[in-house]
Amino acid sequence: MLEIKDLKVSVEGKQILKGLTLTVNKGEVHAIMGPNGAGKSTLASVIAGREDYEVESGSITFNGKDMLALSPDERAKEGMFLAFQYPIEIPGVTTINFLKTAVNEIRAYKGQEPMEAKEFLTRLKEKQKLVQIETNLTGRALNEGFSGGEKKRNEIFQMAMLDPQLAVLDETDSGLDIDALRIVAQGVNSLRSKKNAFLVITHYQRLLEYIVPDFVHVLYDGRIVKSGKKELALELESKGYDWIKKEFSEIPA
Amino acid sequence: MANSDKILEEITSSEYKYGFTSNIDTDILPPGLNEETVRFISAKKGEPEFMLEYRLKAFRHWQTMKEPHWAHLRYPEIDYQSISYYAAPKKQKVLNSLDEVDPELLRTFDKLGISLQEQMRLSGVAVDAVIDSVSVKTTFKEKLSELGIIFCSFSEAVKEHPDLVKKYMGSVVPPGDNYFAALNAAVFSDGSFCYIPKGVRCPMELSTYFRINSAGTGQFERTLIVADEGAYVSYLEGCTAPMRDENQLHAAVVEIVALKDAEVKYSTVQNWYPGNKEGKGGIYNFVTKRGICLGNNSKISWTQVETGSAITWKYPSVILKGDHSVGEFYSIAVTNNMQQADTGTKMTHIGKHTKSTIISKGISAGKSNNSYRGLVRVNKGATGARNFSQCDSLLMGDRCGAHTFPYIEVNDKSAMVEHEATTSKIGEDQIFYCNQRGIDTEKAIGLIVNGYCREVLNKLPMEFAVEAQKLLAVSLEGSVG
Repeated sequence: MLEIKDLKVSVEGKQILKGLTLTVNKGEVHAIMGPNGAGKSTLASVIAGREDYEVESGSITFNGKDMLALSPDERAKEGMFLAFQYPIEIPGVTTINFLKTAVNEIRAYKGQEPMEAKEFLTRLKEKQKLVQIETNLTGRALNEGFSGGEKKRNEIFQMAMLDPQLAVLDETDSGLDIDALRIVAQGVNSLRSKKNAFLVITHYQRLLEYIVPDFVHVLYDGRIVKSGKKELALELESKGYDWIKKEFSEIPA
Repeated sequence: MANSDKILEEITSSEYKYGFTSNIDTDILPPGLNEETVRFISAKKGEPEFMLEYRLKAFRHWQTMKEPHWAHLRYPEIDYQSISYYAAPKKQKVLNSLDEVDPELLRTFDKLGISLQEQMRLSGVAVDAVIDSVSVKTTFKEKLSELGIIFCSFSEAVKEHPDLVKKYMGSVVPPGDNYFAALNAAVFSDGSFCYIPKGVRCPMELSTYFRINSAGTGQFERTLIVADEGAYVSYLEGCTAPMRDENQLHAAVVEIVALKDAEVKYSTVQNWYPGNKEGKGGIYNFVTKRGICLGNNSKISWTQVETGSAITWKYPSVILKGDHSVGEFYSIAVTNNMQQADTGTKMTHIGKHTKSTIISKGISAGKSNNSYRGLVRVNKGATGARNFSQCDSLLMGDRCGAHTFPYIEVNDKSAMVEHEATTSKIGEDQIFYCNQRGIDTEKAIGLIVNGYCREVLNKLPMEFAVEAQKLLAVSLEGSVG
């Protein structure tokens, strides 16, 4: 479904991703782990199409389509979702209104009619339960005055509403206490299916206890230096990133 | 059939409703302004003596005045002698179908969600469907007159209700109030008059009706609204559709009088031609709007959405004379490209326990300049006066300007005056966040701006609010990225 080939990306003239290759198939959950500065968030941003990131070479295809040729909103409409590490506040715009706009924009892209109000509200209620979001939260301005945990749960809630094929979770576990982490993970797990895939970007192994990945990749210095099954995450946890740094810092650029 | 023909006839010829019965043959006055011009206008309209005297007095006063330049606005000098002060309303070229209308205009209509029928009316397409509006209009008129509500053109009021006009015209905005108000008093073309009798709640927004009549409104409009004791009216002025006008200078006057326990809500959407991207053309809008809460417990609310005009100079104000009276000002002012707006309000607290609220949302984009200018004055003896002001500015891009000039004069120790102000920028982050959820940049800006303006949009009557939201998005099109 998602294919990234030899991707080289720079930010303000500095190369961050130095030839990253990754394939994600339907029904799979991939975890990307790595030390600070390895390029994890850059990867998430580039997939989503954020400006300020210059793709020097390589490709990203999604269901066979060249993603790099599409604008961020088109990528989202194609079924890609990014759960932000730092969700943005939009004063005065309620979460409901925001989601209604998003849902219907995506539907319009697919040539579908706007969703009936009743169907939308039913879905809203159902998905709210999933991440234990109180009703008053959806009626409030988007992320405005939300606690860190509420913001992250709101990201997963939005994901549930938009039902993407590929969801990229960018350090969704950062700043979450154990209860919130569990809620978020439960939300993600209940959305896992044979039709979609997840790319879970995290610094810690902790989240992967709850969202058990099929594959774990270690990102270091702009490349994936090691791939394995879920056990790799445990190994990383016990040995620390220094192990990776030592092993791979010799690689010539 | 005969009846509908008659109605159609009435509507299509309504541009000539001013009735040129005088024996002066010309319908267009050559440019220039002197006493003769004023006399000519008055004669042309067949006005009674008191009206002519009023105009002449205003004109003589105007001659002694100087154009004000304290506003944060820049524009070339206006040559008042180069303007023609009287022209019979131009007969619009009648088009056969919407296919003949400028596609750009139609695109905007669509974005604003304006109905086909309305589109035709606004762009001057002759069509039978207009009859629907006529019947609506007739029903309205009947219902209003049953309640004793007077709602007519200013010219008609001068003839039919001279006592009311004499009593209230100029009582809030005296002819010599300011340069533009004086000019208006001397040469005003026409406008609206509205009187709500004692204890009557006007059962409808005086909007649909007004919009039907709004095509061809003049350059020097004059509106007078009087709400008698315990009366209520909600009045809508303007139109979200882009309004083109050949006249560059507009100087309108609106006066509102609220007697004891009366309430007047006045909502405006102004979308005059703003000029092109380089700042050529566009309307200069110099308006004086003021209301007086004359009686105890009265209330006046101004709500405005200003998106058009090259220059906007406008300060809808309230004089809080009655005890426990309330004044409100809710404003959204958008400037894009080379537009300039200097707008705000004046709240003058005279009565005891008077309250005023000011919520102003400025949005600047392009190379525009947007200023809030407000005065809160508490006179001595206005015991327990309260004011809350909030002035927010939103900047889009880095070549526009937002300015705030709040003046506060408090002469009573018991007064409580609060002022809050914020300035923010639409973040790339916010836009990207929306993008990532499948919302394109144009829609994202609309969404963010509407969120920012929500407190004010909520004050607009429902159907107006929906159009106004769309208008905000259209006005800011292409201002980011």
